[in-house]
Amino acid sequence: DRSSGPRVSDTELRVYKDPSKDELPLLPEELVQDSAKDVTYICPFIGPVRGSLTVTNYRLFFRCTDREPVFGLDLPLGGLSRVEKIGAASSRGDVSYGVVCKDMRNLRFVHKEPEDSLKKSVFEVLMKFAFPVSNNMSLFAFEYKQVFPENGWKVYDPLAEYKRQGLPNESWRISKVNDHYELCDSYPATLFVPVTITDEELRRVSSFRAKGRIPVLSWIHPESQAAVVRASQTMVGQNGRRCKEDEKLLQAIMDANAQSHKLFIFDARPSVNAAANKMKGGGFESEDAYQNAELVFLDIHNIHVMRESLRKLKDVVYPNIEESHWLSNLESTHWLEHIKLILAGALRIADKVESGKTSVVVHCSDGWDRTPQLTSLALIMLDSHYRTIRGFQILLEKEWLSFGHRFQQRVGHGDKNHTDADRSPIFLQFIDCVWQMTRQFPAAFEFNEYFLITILDHLYSCLFGTFLCNSEQQRLKEEVPKRTVSLWSFVNSQLEEFVNPLYVHYPSHVLFPTVGIRHLQLWVSYYIRWNPRMRPQEPVHQRYKELLAKRAELQKRVEELQREAANRMASSSSERAGSPTRSITPVQTFV
Amino acid sequence: MLSLGSGGAKSTKPSFVSYVTPEEIKSEKDPPKQEKHPDLLPGEVEFCSANPILKYTQDDLSQRGVFGTLFCTNFRVTFISDEKPQEKTDKTFKNKLYGENDIPLMCVDHIYGVYDEKRKLITGGLVKNKYPSKMIIHCKDLRVFQFSLTFSKEEDAKKIFQGIAHHCLEEKSLKCVFAFSYMGTPSPEMQWKQETVMFDSPEDWTQEMKRTKANCRLVTENENFELSQRLPKYFVIPLTIGDLFSYQGKGLPIWCWSHYSGCALFKASFPPVTQEDGDFQKHLDTMINAVAHNHLYSVKTEDLSESLPNIQDIQQSYNKFKQFFLIENSTDFWLSDVKWFSSLESSGWLDIIRQCLQKAVEVVECLEKDNTNVLITEEEGTDLCCVISSLAQIMLDPYYRTLMGFQSLVQKEWVAGCHAFLDRCNHLHQKDKEYHSPVFLLFLECVWQLVHQHSPAFQFSETYLTVLSDSVHVPVFSTFLFNSSHHRESVMKAESPLAQSGPLSCPTVWDWSVQFDSKAQNFFFNPLYLEKVKHDRAVRKPHKPKHQRNLSLPSTAFKTPPKKGFFKDETDSLKKMLRVKRLSRWRGSPDAPAATTREFFESWQHRPLDYHGLLLPCLDGPAVHIWMQRYLRWIPEVYILGGGSVAVMTKLMELLSQVQDLKRVLEQRDSSQAAKLDHRPYFQHRLLSFDSSGRLSSSFPFAYTCYRSFKPIIPTGLMQSLMVTDSLASQEDEASSVVSFV
Repeated sequence: DRSSGPRVSDTELRVYKDPSKDELPLLPEELVQDSAKDVTYICPFIGPVRGSLTVTNYRLFFRCTDREPVFGLDLPLGGLSRVEKIGAASSRGDVSYGVVCKDMRNLRFVHKEPEDSLKKSVFEVLMKFAFPVSNNMSLFAFEYKQVFPENGWKVYDPLAEYKRQGLPNESWRISKVNDHYELCDSYPATLFVPVTITDEELRRVSSFRAKGRIPVLSWIHPESQAAVVRASQTMVGQNGRRCKEDEKLLQAIMDANAQSHKLFIFDARPSVNAAANKMKGGGFESEDAYQNAELVFLDIHNIHVMRESLRKLKDVVYPNIEESHWLSNLESTHWLEHIKLILAGALRIADKVESGKTSVVVHCSDGWDRTPQLTSLALIMLDSHYRTIRGFQILLEKEWLSFGHRFQQRVGHGDKNHTDADRSPIFLQFIDCVWQMTRQFPAAFEFNEYFLITILDHLYSCLFGTFLCNSEQQRLKEEVPKRTVSLWSFVNSQLEEFVNPLYVHYPSHVLFPTVGIRHLQLWVSYYIRWNPRMRPQEPVHQRYKELLAKRAELQKRVEELQREAANRMASSSSERAGSPTRSITPVQTFV
Repeated sequence: MLSLGSGGAKSTKPSFVSYVTPEEIKSEKDPPKQEKHPDLLPGEVEFCSANPILKYTQDDLSQRGVFGTLFCTNFRVTFISDEKPQEKTDKTFKNKLYGENDIPLMCVDHIYGVYDEKRKLITGGLVKNKYPSKMIIHCKDLRVFQFSLTFSKEEDAKKIFQGIAHHCLEEKSLKCVFAFSYMGTPSPEMQWKQETVMFDSPEDWTQEMKRTKANCRLVTENENFELSQRLPKYFVIPLTIGDLFSYQGKGLPIWCWSHYSGCALFKASFPPVTQEDGDFQKHLDTMINAVAHNHLYSVKTEDLSESLPNIQDIQQSYNKFKQFFLIENSTDFWLSDVKWFSSLESSGWLDIIRQCLQKAVEVVECLEKDNTNVLITEEEGTDLCCVISSLAQIMLDPYYRTLMGFQSLVQKEWVAGCHAFLDRCNHLHQKDKEYHSPVFLLFLECVWQLVHQHSPAFQFSETYLTVLSDSVHVPVFSTFLFNSSHHRESVMKAESPLAQSGPLSCPTVWDWSVQFDSKAQNFFFNPLYLEKVKHDRAVRKPHKPKHQRNLSLPSTAFKTPPKKGFFKDETDSLKKMLRVKRLSRWRGSPDAPAATTREFFESWQHRPLDYHGLLLPCLDGPAVHIWMQRYLRWIPEVYILGGGSVAVMTKLMELLSQVQDLKRVLEQRDSSQAAKLDHRPYFQHRLLSFDSSGRLSSSFPFAYTCYRSFKPIIPTGLMQSLMVTDSLASQEDEASSVVSFV
């Protein structure tokens, strides 16, 4: 049942079928912390509504009492980015509170200040539980103990995944050099490197790559053996430092693929920024030092630009959309242009690997933001496995979680410091790119839009442990897999909710999306989902499901008849008449 | 590739030549060539030709092309490749009248000549001078052709260029239109005619009044156009109008459609009234009163020329808009991609679509919620009146969302309703630009928005709309050739001696078999269409479904509190009331109607969606889209191989045909003895047999992707695309090094 499960509501105002049921559907270990009556919620779409507000250690729950039908507002506290009092108390003693959410909405409540000044307002309680990390408390994910039929922590087994790719093989080996995260604390324990490179050489390379993030294998083409390799920037600096082990490693990566005598290095950054990094000791591979390598800059901007772009987008879509300038406003956010650049970058990588049969190395500065965006999108284009529900989970576990995308920093779980410059919607942007691809290839993905939205909702909800911490090492240290539930436990226990009925599995298909802005759309059902006028519709899926059911039903009936007739024929085969068997040639008409 | 080529001619010259200088080509030894000619349609005459002409292949990013012969006939410009016709690519969606290398003369929009690397728009003056080295043709269906003239003999090149320019650009008389020479055999089974109501007989109108339970009067006095040449041959007016002959029918309210509540929609031509012209003003007031009398003495009038853009605005906006899709090369494409949204916005085209839909919703609101008669007016009464009244009817009446219903609607409001197709489409290349305007296309655009938003409510597909928008420029059909019923009749009568047996009969566009075989016509049907469940099978109704009274929401449930109840009080002074009504809403501030229709939309949205009931569009910015199929279908840069909505639609069509096959099998079983069994697999027969890999291009069925170039389209010029100049761009990813960041 959806309503009792940890489902984040997909419309702002959930209508309750049975208003007499007053109680709040609590999750295991969820406790009511405080509640207040006579709170007014200033809904930007239908105006002020009065009701009661409840704060638990997991959610904020507003229940309207003065409207028919009764509806509620139910959101996990993890989705809150900022809670603040707006202005001073009015003459009637009303205080206004603003709640800024990570999921593209702002809420406003008006509440009477308690007369007893010693009693805490429900909003003070809210602030405490919305930001547990800042208040030295643990996130709700560590309390929540629901048991699901499947254990999502077992979804990703690195060895099994690399085995699926045919690894290890004669050119690539597992290295145990990072078994205890000594080489690089933001990398996974399991690394695949060329067989010709020793662990000692890898250690030398790690001092030449930012944060020790050495070039390691992400994916290998099953036929051409062209590899996708990820890394961080080289520490070239202003003096043009070189590292012969690093040069050897890249040569070895190239040699591992017999099909090509070239290696492409994709630097995700704009060349200006990459050059500026030399001032701070970083930089990029010079083509002198790395022979046979070609360096390409992909012009993707940094986390700050992306954060600002999303902020502008929120201004444009929430709460009201300015009709007459909608398109130019949308353009001024640059959000879709960033999406285009990321997709274009991934497309170029996939093209080099698939059409050029060339191995590629992808990096940005640290290799944990733009790099996973690019590698995982390229992998989705290249490998149909990652377009299945489980394959996509593996992709996220591998490219994002094990390779240390800094989820804690980028999302700021439970942290009240909402101006933290480390926050950035990098992962959201990646999911948006995936959504763009699902729009362009509606039958190529096993999962539906609801799957992507669910992932994003639980990126913020702090209900599951999946997106907590910054690296594999930290997650192990915090015993996240032991102490929390995985999002995939929840998802894989009710897969039918997330399945795209149009999906056809074509194992060998490579997808090359069109990256022109003309074919990119704003993801309305995510960014503008709170606006009741933008009600999502999926008639195609519905109709398809209906037809599938109908076909199954008819097929069954035909088979029954066939069986019946076959029996009859068997019993009367002796007296078979010479009537010509009429073939079935249906007329071409539509119903 | 080309189906019209006569074939057989063998050429040793490579068909795909990289674009090198003419000298290099010339130096090659020319093999003896067999002359090729296009397969002419009955009545088609060849004017001139030139060979060799290089046609640049659009689906190739490099400047490459195909050599062949360029012809100009009285129907089209056509290019026949020297290349041996490739092994037949099985085209499921082939137009029988013109192929991918044919441009009907009427379809030519602009011709550009490249003179010494400079591109110039060809007008009369330039034709007489030098011929250009390269000729670029922009078509009204948004195809772009580029021909190099430098390889053929000078006089040939000159002749073909001048011929094409002359026949495509010069003003001509209606008789020169190919339709008058076309001798196509009329399709034997006039299936279209049985179901599309043509509204060219009193019976059709009577039937329509009966269907909608209208209480109006059919006018037959204009049968010989004695009343007015601008009025339809037959039309319907409010019962109370007695005097038809004053002012030549100007201001006469013409009935469009009746709501089940009894109120109705009327349109009229209201010329601007000067202050001195008191009598005429009185006449108009009488007319408005007559409309009010139709139902409960209430009427709302709306002067569309005041509240909507005029036809010149529409023309200008569309001219800007279409430029974004007439892409000549890849560089242009990626350059225009950068400022895509603001360019779109500056054209204003989507905004005009939105305004028209908005106005139609307002009309619908009056009829559905307030049960008030509506009279929409403009000077001619045959442009925006047609757009708004047709849209309102589509929103209100599910019959018009079926294919036959839609065609009947176009007949009723546009063809019989005297929309000046000839002038508006500029079929005769008149220099006077004042009358040109893509009003009918605007209507189709609005319908597309509805189809896009509420697909299951429509029996026809977007492909149907795209084909219909193309067919306007195919000079074979009588449908879009005339300015009024009178014009049609007089021309047809005058032309009749040519065809010896009776009056001249051009096919109507609804005879789709002229353009497509039945297999291709399957693409006109929307596989998502949710058919109305028939409750009683025994009472099988013929093609025309009865006006569904109970389909839209019951008006009582939909009504706001009866604050306007006084309308029912018939003792009120009608005049006073009318004044109030006329001034009431639409003359207010421009934002006011948007606010109330917004409410109307929201209350509609809160009810369960009934695809056979009232249908309203969402008009917020993000909900209004571009008709991708029509506008992007020829641009290879946006083809998605194996993707696009076609991937879903073809799957749906396949599934639907399987379901139908199964049903048929069952029916046969039921009727005949079950013993007659056929053990073949049931899905042998497919409606459409696609490549099993499912890799069609997203612009299918219009453009086929060449499988040889299965490569992604890598954008160029990305560097210029995003100039983030603020300080954020230069910041480091690690915030620790950022000193003070707010």
